[in-house]
Amino acid sequence: MAYVAVKGGEAAIAAAHAWLARVRRGDGAGPGIDAAQIARQLGRAVDRVMAEGALHDRELAAMAILQAQGDLIEAAFLLRAYRTTLPRLIDSEPIDTGLMLTQRRISAIFKDLPGGQRLGPTTDYTHRLLDFAPPEPSPPIEASPDAEPVPMPRATDLLGAEALIEPDPASAGEPGDLTMRPLAFPAARDQRLQALARGDEGFLLALGYSTQRGYGHTHPFVGELRMGEVAISIVPPELGFAIEIGDVVLTECQMVNQFAGSKTAPPQFTRGYGLCFGHADRKAMAMALVDRAMRAGELGEAIAAPAQNVEFVLSHCDNIEATGFVEHLKLPHHVDFQSELETIRAMRAEAMASGPERDDAGV
Amino acid sequence: MQGYNFAYLDEQTKRMIRRAILKAVAIPGHQVPFAGREMPLPYGWGTGGIQVTAAIIGATDVLKVIDQGADDTTNAVSIRQFFARTAGVQTTTHTAEASLIQTRHRIPERPLREDQIIVYQVPMPEPLYRLEPSRASARRMHAMADYGPMQVKLYEDITRFGRVAVSYDHPVMVNRRYLMSPSPIPAFDNPKLHLMPALQLFGAGREKRIYAVPPYTAVVSLDFEDRPFDPVRAPALCALCGADDTYLDEIVIDDRGGRMFACSDTDHCAANRADLP
Repeated sequence: MAYVAVKGGEAAIAAAHAWLARVRRGDGAGPGIDAAQIARQLGRAVDRVMAEGALHDRELAAMAILQAQGDLIEAAFLLRAYRTTLPRLIDSEPIDTGLMLTQRRISAIFKDLPGGQRLGPTTDYTHRLLDFAPPEPSPPIEASPDAEPVPMPRATDLLGAEALIEPDPASAGEPGDLTMRPLAFPAARDQRLQALARGDEGFLLALGYSTQRGYGHTHPFVGELRMGEVAISIVPPELGFAIEIGDVVLTECQMVNQFAGSKTAPPQFTRGYGLCFGHADRKAMAMALVDRAMRAGELGEAIAAPAQNVEFVLSHCDNIEATGFVEHLKLPHHVDFQSELETIRAMRAEAMASGPERDDAGV
Repeated sequence: MQGYNFAYLDEQTKRMIRRAILKAVAIPGHQVPFAGREMPLPYGWGTGGIQVTAAIIGATDVLKVIDQGADDTTNAVSIRQFFARTAGVQTTTHTAEASLIQTRHRIPERPLREDQIIVYQVPMPEPLYRLEPSRASARRMHAMADYGPMQVKLYEDITRFGRVAVSYDHPVMVNRRYLMSPSPIPAFDNPKLHLMPALQLFGAGREKRIYAVPPYTAVVSLDFEDRPFDPVRAPALCALCGADDTYLDEIVIDDRGGRMFACSDTDHCAANRADLP
């Protein structure tokens, strides 16, 4: 597809889209897949797209993955672009993850604790050997009659009872909202957590990893990681009381970080927090590491590493923004480049003209 | 297991790892780079220890795997099953019966013997990484034995908190030459490293380093003459066997502050209980 004649753009775009449509479905040799299959069998991809697309809708996320040929950032982008068109009807009440119907709940800091350790549907202890047999369908698990949500104390609350961990009281005011008001610095923790929850999993993973390797070390322990369904409720103004409108699956990570104390705070454990849609241990844990690293200033720690730099992290964690700006470099830039050409020609002419008598004193 | 070599790795890779181990044994405490391979368990789960074990395990070995001192922790179970499946070796939970012990975060309470090898899973082989994140610079510091910054860090802890604020992975000097990370074992276990009759091998898969402490090698925890090394242990008896000299797990038994202490080394605890009248 020639892209020399810029003026022929319209025909070129139409041809490119037609080609893309053909590639997306392939030659029709095999059976097509539908979005429902993706929603059922590629659940983790759906979770990721919902988190980064900042919209909880499994069907739409599955459609986006199919349309994007499995490119998950592109799929998140499709979802965000749809989300932005939706009217905003009401804010939900704050969720209570203490009432989560947990499928998975582990603590790395206690061997056992009230409520128990529960692995849930995890790959953690699988051996990564390619399974050449396709997965067999399994009958649905009968819900046990006692599957009602029971309050399960958070491991961090057990430490809180001894005041070994910093308190974590509810904030007073309305939390900020990046989708209604743009990010500004200094950014408070509510804004930071919102940005991280939508942030790119790979970026947060790399930053969290960097803190573990010495670039802004935070002495982390997984106080608790839990995953399961949480009820969402709203208070319609005409009713004046809360009603449940559905459940979402969330993963929450409470990181417990050793902290030696500073001029302003006594030695105690501090917290890093991660929360995201779906079953996403990696994302929630990376988020909690980076959240804690970004609290360096507040806790009187030196700010030296990339993960501790709030502005750096938040300005670059959104993969929709990042992919847009990186990939925009393939758009035509020939007007600017033309002026660069002229400038470099002029500079070279000057450098050549001065020849051997060039003044190297400053080199 | 069909389609895979004995103990998963191919023989060429095992030889490469054994060469690194030999060099590590020859230079106690020195980190030897090796071409670590992807393993079917994730980085951080013990891929370094698993590679070392895979490189040295033989068909007649008896393998014990512990995590947090216990044989029944999920990761220990998984790794033990991995070798039972890929090497078909006999496994055990008894420290005394094992010829090869792979561990994460503990050294068994029962003293090890000359005919045993202990393999440590190491997340961060570089003891200086919190002071000097660049590995290139840290390597130069090791070459010069420039360990002043670590002593200064411990000194600053003492001046600020009245004690060294390191409770695990307390750095040690090996054979009076190399500063070494003992892996994240509690400081309580550090004295066991010193003059141990068994060969100690350390594998770090993600960071691609192997190091070793040969039998009967001097391993000294970093401290000061007037502030000797002082590891802490929960001031309690094991609620199951009554031991007062073992490292204890703190187990939360209710949400009203109830706690129970029990031996982290489950095999040792069971043996103690068997001895009780």
